[in-house]
Amino acid sequence: MRNLLLVFVMTISTEISANELTSVRQQELLNMLKHDCGSCHGLPPKGGLGPSLMPEALAGKSDALLADAIQNGRAGTAMPPWKSFLTVDETAWLIQQLRTH
Amino acid sequence: MKLSYSRSLLIFLLSSALPGHAELRATGDLGVVIERETGSIQIVNTTKPVSLSRIEGLGDLSHASIVFSRDQRYAYVFGRDGGLTKIDLLQDKIDKRIIQAGNSIGGAISQDGKVIAVSNYTPGGVKLFDAVTLEQLAEIPAIYGEDNKLSKVVGLVDAPGQRFVCSLFEGNEIWLIDAKNPRQPVVKKFKDIGKQPYDALLTPDGHYYGAGLFGEKGLALLDLWQPEKGVEHILEDYGKDDEQMPVYKMPHLEGWTVAGDWLLVPAVGLHEVLVIDTREWELVKRIPVAGQPVFVTSRPDGRQVWVNFAFPDNQTVQVIDLKDFNVLKTLQPGKAVLHMEFSPRGESVWLAVRDEDRVMVYDTETFAETARLPAQKPSGIFFTDRANRIGW
Repeated sequence: MRNLLLVFVMTISTEISANELTSVRQQELLNMLKHDCGSCHGLPPKGGLGPSLMPEALAGKSDALLADAIQNGRAGTAMPPWKSFLTVDETAWLIQQLRTH
Repeated sequence: MKLSYSRSLLIFLLSSALPGHAELRATGDLGVVIERETGSIQIVNTTKPVSLSRIEGLGDLSHASIVFSRDQRYAYVFGRDGGLTKIDLLQDKIDKRIIQAGNSIGGAISQDGKVIAVSNYTPGGVKLFDAVTLEQLAEIPAIYGEDNKLSKVVGLVDAPGQRFVCSLFEGNEIWLIDAKNPRQPVVKKFKDIGKQPYDALLTPDGHYYGAGLFGEKGLALLDLWQPEKGVEHILEDYGKDDEQMPVYKMPHLEGWTVAGDWLLVPAVGLHEVLVIDTREWELVKRIPVAGQPVFVTSRPDGRQVWVNFAFPDNQTVQVIDLKDFNVLKTLQPGKAVLHMEFSPRGESVWLAVRDEDRVMVYDTETFAETARLPAQKPSGIFFTDRANRIGW
């Protein structure tokens, strides 16, 4: 009985994680990517004041590096920290969007 | 006798009905609205107000800037992808279009209206073009330092004496370009002017060029009447001990930020507008505002300054009264107010509200909304009265 309960709870948690990003929130994030990231990185993000974020440009950079740049900014450059506005999961999702578009 | 009178009348009436005769369009009250996501622009009339046409095919306008020809007939659109498009505002069409660089941020038109200059990020430098044909006349790579690297060029303006002035973001330099012979421009370089000049303005009289600094506090000031004095660093001490907040969108400096004797600039990394007395170049006031300012633009008479903000406060606009430097009004026009432009004599101001897909017109006296026009993700708004302003 306990095992069944455990499996049930684990299933629910997994489902919640996958659905955490509602489609409304996904649209908001994509809008942010296009416009608020885009104001420095371009639209499509081929670069501007900030470097290109096109898949080719990101290919040699790890997810961890990109997540750190987005969450914490890059000191000495114009890249600000976005951690007050993006969760770690949302940041990871955005990086995936950038890599695949 | 009677018959020929009737015939003349008939001919007169017919010719009046033909297009081109009845619909003369003048240039003084026209404007251009950038639609940043679709690579299109709208030509608008600011008197009615109404949209006259949409023109597509301008490439990447995710950042775009415009100067107007001396006769106000043409708008030169500088697009982020290096596109330079000459738009015929009387005939609603692209007159000429070239791709002149990989990545570009803005441009200027010379004192005599014959040369267009563009400031490029990639390759870093300035290029000069014939304003009629867009033939390239010269290229000036923004080389700096011992390693001969190329810097992004920002803050490009025209100046009296058929000159241009610009700044090098990585190079930390200000350049004064003499373009009297546009095929062989002569460059005077001012080095170590301060860390990371991000934009610049020319005072309306063309006397001073001021570059805002991103990497440190203050502004770099060049007196164009006495360039031999070199570049002066003003306001370097203000806010030294204040906690620097992150910047979510680069502030922009434009000629408007000068109102009477005051220069008003966005404070970088602080929620403030700084008021500088242009007689002594001293800070006289720090005005707390709702967010990180992006544009600080003065109404043509200099009585009000309208301020918009960077993410995440970009749904707010504030109006400062220059009689006492207080915030007179706070407006919430909608999500993502990207730009503001005043009608030529300032009775109204147009706001680009990106995420509401509209441009809104406000009365600057009553703050009432007087009109709205649909627009697709609008950003910059530029009116033709800029055509004969020094530095615009």
